[in-house]
Amino acid sequence: MAIRRSLRAATILLSVAAPLLVLTACGDDNDTSTSEADQLTVSDQWVKAAPDGMTSAFGTFTNTGDRQVRIVSASSAVAASTELHEVVESGGTSTMQEKKDGFAVPAGESLTLKPGAEHIMLMGLKQPITTGESVQIELRFADGSTQTVTALARDFSGNQEDYQP
Amino acid sequence: MTGRRSAGISRRNLLTGTAGLAGLGVGAAAVGLSVDRTPAQAAAGGQTVPFYGARQAGVTTAPQAHANFVGLNLIDPGDVASLAGVLNVWTQDAAGLTAGRGSLADTEPELATDPSRLTVTVGLGPRVFEVPSLRAKRPGWLRPLPAFSIDRLQERWGQTDVLLQIGSDDPVTLAHATRMLTASVRSKLRVGWVQRGFRTARGTHTDGRTMRNLFGQVDGTVQPPGDRDDLLWEDGSGGQPWLAGGTSMVLRRIAMHMDTWEELDRPGRELAVGRTLDSGAPLSGSREHDDPDFTKTEGGIPMIPASSHIARAHRQADHEQFLRRAYNYDEPPEQPLLPEPVEGGDTSNSGLIFATYQRDPVRQFVPVQQRLADHDDLNTWTTPIGSAVYVILPGATEQSSLGSSLFTP
Repeated sequence: MAIRRSLRAATILLSVAAPLLVLTACGDDNDTSTSEADQLTVSDQWVKAAPDGMTSAFGTFTNTGDRQVRIVSASSAVAASTELHEVVESGGTSTMQEKKDGFAVPAGESLTLKPGAEHIMLMGLKQPITTGESVQIELRFADGSTQTVTALARDFSGNQEDYQP
Repeated sequence: MTGRRSAGISRRNLLTGTAGLAGLGVGAAAVGLSVDRTPAQAAAGGQTVPFYGARQAGVTTAPQAHANFVGLNLIDPGDVASLAGVLNVWTQDAAGLTAGRGSLADTEPELATDPSRLTVTVGLGPRVFEVPSLRAKRPGWLRPLPAFSIDRLQERWGQTDVLLQIGSDDPVTLAHATRMLTASVRSKLRVGWVQRGFRTARGTHTDGRTMRNLFGQVDGTVQPPGDRDDLLWEDGSGGQPWLAGGTSMVLRRIAMHMDTWEELDRPGRELAVGRTLDSGAPLSGSREHDDPDFTKTEGGIPMIPASSHIARAHRQADHEQFLRRAYNYDEPPEQPLLPEPVEGGDTSNSGLIFATYQRDPVRQFVPVQQRLADHDDLNTWTTPIGSAVYVILPGATEQSSLGSSLFTP
């Protein structure tokens, strides 16, 4: 699916014209080499609708460049805090925990964030996230570059892991 | 499963007993025999119909063997912003499901791998256009059909805010797609009804044969010519530019009373419809697609009675044409049969999900329906019990979701 870099994030909070895949790469870095943000395409992103509390965002991150990219943090205006999470198995139960090193995507490879595995955790929701609403999440990379992903909210009953930060 | 493994054992081995299946029991042997099939046959499951396009699929698509018509209502009728979002979610999901990739957040993606010509078609009902921001965009024809004297409409099959028409040659794929599409928006839309329809299974005949309804009649012979887009598709010229690429759907649920139909002898049945039962040819002709000749007589009597279904339904003007895409339904009888049949109650619950598509239902469909209501010999055995009208949205593209032309100011 195509990435639509031309759309400014500010115009698409409830956009219907091109909601499928919208992200904006913000070239924070001033050098001429390709930033990590430019190397990463995000597709099939979505967020689980939630009335309050916490929720999760998912999607496929594809590194189109020739060196590794690493997402070190994420943030969103809809949440008080945002963490990068993984789910680990121990003693027969799966627990979600913060992935302190972030999400690394090797050159030419993809990482799929999905229920029961890596995901972006939005905590302390400031407002309900309702189905069909677009949520913007800013990804920050190891080189300081950023990329804003717009994810559509949908009803989903999975990913029920209880997280106690 | 046993069936899978047994399939690898040749039929000859099973018959001669050299596969040693005796020890596995009757079940395994029976399954093995039943899966004797032709491996050379290409699987139909992989066949796809493109979702993206200026017009939605599922209208001129050759009808799939199975279809679910799902009527949904907005939980908050005024929440139009939500409806736009719902259509965005459905655009994502329908694109994935129809391609065999599954929906986003698909919880059973293995059930999505055989789309079997899956199509997802979305329509909106009149109430959506009552919100101030959409009032000016309401197509003039998007309103309830007039009341017809033959109608015995039941609320439970009535108009809804939103219609999902989902079709597939595979009923498992269809069930999964229906679940994914309704589950992903359940906080915004509530399912009012599901009308499950079926036709002859894919592969039973060569493709393209006109279907039969449960009265045994060839049903759907008369269709608009393939080059008459003007009868089917909006082009935005009627003062509603957003509607270009859209159309309308009339959905009528017609109960067919098997008990009384079975009392009728074969000549009586053919005279009621005006066609022969075997080939579907008009009584004035010899082949299904022969033009009926209503003036042709035998012994001074019209071969096609003027009161028959095809005589009454025949167009009186060029614009009285529309696309028919009906499905059969066959549900459990609703009248308890024991200890005794209820007086006048049907022992069957069968009929037709009569879906028609036309550019303007008021102009094209209503005059035909009015004639049939005024008189149609078939009315003795049929009763419309559900009725709804929808605008079928223009198609989605990779750049613009379903409904984008409607909701973009």
